Amino acid sequence: MIHLQNIRKRFRRPEGGWFDAVRDTSLSIAPGEVFGLIGFSGAGKSTLLRLINLLERPDAGAVIVDGQDLTSLAPRELRRARQNLGMVFQQFNLLANRTVADNVAFPLEIAGWSRADIEQRVAECLEVVGLQDRANHYPAQLSGGQKQRVGIARALAPRPKVILADEPTSALDPKTTQSILDCLKDINARFGVTVVIVTHEMHVVRSICHRAAVLDAGEVVEVVDVAEGQVDARSELARSLLEAA
Amino acid sequence: MEPITFASALANLSSMAPEIWQACRETALMLGIGLFTAILLGGPLGIILYLSQPGQLFANRVVNGVLGWLVNLVRSFPFIILMVSLVPLTRVLVGSTIGPIAAAVPLSFAAIPYFARLVEQTLREIPRGVVEAAEAMGASPLQIIVKVLLNEARSGLISSLTILTISFLSYSAVAGVVGGGGIGDLAIRYGYYRFQTDVMVAMVLLLVVIVQIIQFAGNRLAAHLDKR
Ligand SMILES: Nc1ncnc2c1ncn2[C@@H]1O[C@H](COP(=O)(O)OP(=O)(O)O)[C@@H](O)[C@H]1O
Ligand SMILES: [Mg+2]
Repeated sequence: MIHLQNIRKRFRRPEGGWFDAVRDTSLSIAPGEVFGLIGFSGAGKSTLLRLINLLERPDAGAVIVDGQDLTSLAPRELRRARQNLGMVFQQFNLLANRTVADNVAFPLEIAGWSRADIEQRVAECLEVVGLQDRANHYPAQLSGGQKQRVGIARALAPRPKVILADEPTSALDPKTTQSILDCLKDINARFGVTVVIVTHEMHVVRSICHRAAVLDAGEVVEVVDVAEGQVDARSELARSLLEAA
Repeated sequence: MEPITFASALANLSSMAPEIWQACRETALMLGIGLFTAILLGGPLGIILYLSQPGQLFANRVVNGVLGWLVNLVRSFPFIILMVSLVPLTRVLVGSTIGPIAAAVPLSFAAIPYFARLVEQTLREIPRGVVEAAEAMGASPLQIIVKVLLNEARSGLISSLTILTISFLSYSAVAGVVGGGGIGDLAIRYGYYRFQTDVMVAMVLLLVVIVQIIQFAGNRLAAHLDKR
């Protein structure tokens, strides 16, 4: 579903020179997989995730999603391709002046859906995340966990093949975290949506990932398999992350 | 000169009612044209200033620098000097340099960069992440401007418009004195040149009431639109 081929991304340092956030990285993520990106802060996890929908443009390499090299697309085609890639954020990033229902409707308006289709799809998605009764509330009236559910419903609305989630539970308490993870797991199982999730917590990997890439200093150190909550890690780093959990 | 009593002032003012009404209409016309142009041209200018900043959707050092410089240039003119320097332009545009429509030319000229800065500042308060979320969903630049930036900033934009209106109510009094007419002009003509203090006081009170009403309405609307 997602193939990153020899991706590089560097940022200009404020004090001059360059900083390699992602160095020559290749990664393949299968359709229907829940794939984790784990590593310490500053390892390049968010940058790698944002390279998948080209919020960051790679300096080198190809980003192939669903058979299409996104780096080769014209702006209009890229916008269309992005409708196939939902995104969920740590800080939710909801539109404060839109109701819950209108937030979920937003990507559908962008994609040019009809009013009737939007209404039906919004109701479906709110039901998936269990927020039917909050449709007419504004984000400010919701708890953190509820806001993230809106974020997930919004990402799910255009029936994407992939959902990218950047630390979706890092702003939430442990109990809410589990319910959000269950929600993502549920969506993956029911609709076969590929999920790529960035986290610094091994607990998150154990609880929903099928596989995970361990990142350090912009490089993939190891790709680990997760089976029945057991992480089969070889690298020193993966083991230390495992113990930290 | 006779001392002014409340009764004499009232009689005097009521005899002037048609003139006061005329002055109100002139002020409304000057202000209306000024605000209209400010929104029509200053609004988009403010959006461009915002979007061309480093790190924004259309980051462009040159565009941002040049527009910012122009805005500062116009804003650094004292209004009265701007008005005088624009006399030739006013003559070309309106065909005359007196009357509320002529006065609206320098008013508009001053209001455009003023509103542009207010809009730019208001838009800066929108979290970058919200714009990024829209980008990630495949929103076009126009969709981002209309559905995200303007909609998320709507309450702040109303507050900006309120500030603009009140500032330019006072500017319109200056423009009025130099041939535009309006409430300020009436106050000066009667109060200052003809020593009818009651007219001046009444006109100032009228302006006070208008400002209070505008501010009240602006606050109410802004609060109503703000769902944050
Ligand atoms: N837009 C940017 N400009 C400059 N440096 C950046 C930018 N984005 C990320 N970085 C740097 O790249 C490195 C990796 O960042 P990030 O991918 O956010 O790490 P993580 O998500 O693993 O904590 C960090 O050192 C960060 O400071
Ligand atoms: Mg991060």
